[in-house]
Amino acid sequence: MPQRRVAVTGVGIVCALGQNQAEVFEALRQGRPGIGPLTGIPPGQLRFGKGAQVQDFPPRGALSAKDLDYLDRFAQFVAVAAREALGDSGLELTADLRRRTAIVLGSSIGGEASHEAAFVDLYKLERGRLHPFTIPRVMPNAGVSRVSMEYGITGPAWTVSTACSSSNHAIGQAFWLVRHGLAEAALAGGSEAPFSLGMLKGWEALRVVSDDTCRPFSADRRGMILGEGGAVLVLEPLEAALARGARIHAEVAGFGMSSDAHHITQPSVEGPAAAMQAALEDAGVAAEAVGYINAHGTGTRLNDPTECAAIRMVFGDHAARLAVSSTKSMHGHALGAAGALEAAITVMALERGLLPPTANFTRPDPECDLDVIPNEPRPAQPEYALSNSFAFGGLNAVLALRRRS
Amino acid sequence: MAQELTDKIIRIVAETQRIPPEQVTLDATFRELGLDSLDAMNIVFAIESEFNINVPDEEVKNITTVRSIAERLGDWLAQNRGDEAAGGPD
Repeated sequence: MPQRRVAVTGVGIVCALGQNQAEVFEALRQGRPGIGPLTGIPPGQLRFGKGAQVQDFPPRGALSAKDLDYLDRFAQFVAVAAREALGDSGLELTADLRRRTAIVLGSSIGGEASHEAAFVDLYKLERGRLHPFTIPRVMPNAGVSRVSMEYGITGPAWTVSTACSSSNHAIGQAFWLVRHGLAEAALAGGSEAPFSLGMLKGWEALRVVSDDTCRPFSADRRGMILGEGGAVLVLEPLEAALARGARIHAEVAGFGMSSDAHHITQPSVEGPAAAMQAALEDAGVAAEAVGYINAHGTGTRLNDPTECAAIRMVFGDHAARLAVSSTKSMHGHALGAAGALEAAITVMALERGLLPPTANFTRPDPECDLDVIPNEPRPAQPEYALSNSFAFGGLNAVLALRRRS
Repeated sequence: MAQELTDKIIRIVAETQRIPPEQVTLDATFRELGLDSLDAMNIVFAIESEFNINVPDEEVKNITTVRSIAERLGDWLAQNRGDEAAGGPD
């Protein structure tokens, strides 16, 4: 089957750093984290008090009052991000194109907050009946279905749920559909809204959430900070995008997956390394062509040195010449949306020639001895970048992105 | 039927569906108001919650207007009182 090059022609993003490309990139440029005291959670119930939450969402008028009834926050994120991405792409969704456009989005937990609210009604408040929108709000495919209905897109559409790799798996599958001619366009990405008390207590119990801030690769890192949001990329065959005079933000060049077969929460070195290697091979590119990696970089004791070792395993001597940063230090760990946020950010970084930093960095850790772009962004124009996502349960997904040429 | 009850039903339909109450007449069908079957479930849920009653599944399909609710409300309320007297659910 002939392979087509795949362009990113539209980007939409909502996260703690902002609610569109311009706002998010400005925060990245300043190395300004969106981490703050948790809001909307009863105080005194958690060992940690910080999160990277999206403030003042949804913006007034972005969604109708009825939309807000039907849509959990996770689906609202994707509705708003998809609108920015499609507007940005300038893609005209003709009747024919709507039939041949795919939607693939990631979410780890779907409408968890709606689920929790319903169960509070049932078990705590002892109400005998639940709201009839409970199931439509909770189902993890609600975001995909919303986008499909809003734009009349009738091509293949589904949700991917692989914990913290969900969105990278989603973007990778959408990329392959477009590359191999199974779709003429795709909306790909994902969203997550994990700020409900029950979900936060679950994370607390794993003892991986920092009680101050997120300092990936830093010797004094104390864990992750949870985040939320959504991002959507518009993917098209490069030739078609050029033919219609579209602005090409970047290309998706390759996608690699692997599974650790190792442990339900502990990462391995070999699994992530295999996924990075697979992404390079899928892109048909030498390791030396990669100049930047947007790391999974959660800021936990275990993830960061393991990921650094995996990068060294794949890149060998070139690892010392690579720039690696974790933008989770600013937008938090948005779980199933992480890959989407980070792919969107990597696309923006390649396009603008400015690599986002690892914020909150204080001092190097000998176990994480890579160039992690501490605190200040760096002008650079690498041809290729990777965006890493590694999930609990050892499911790894890596995207290879290419600067527009 | 009591004006007070129909006014209350009209208010619930208008509020849950976010449509002006003057559009919600006794005999305007939900379909005419642009509402679908899931919207009707939402209205039934709000009516059940407001009056603390249980609308049986087999009756939901007949709920298409404010009048169709008002005409059955008395029976549902009586049924609920019977349940309470018998120590049944709700």
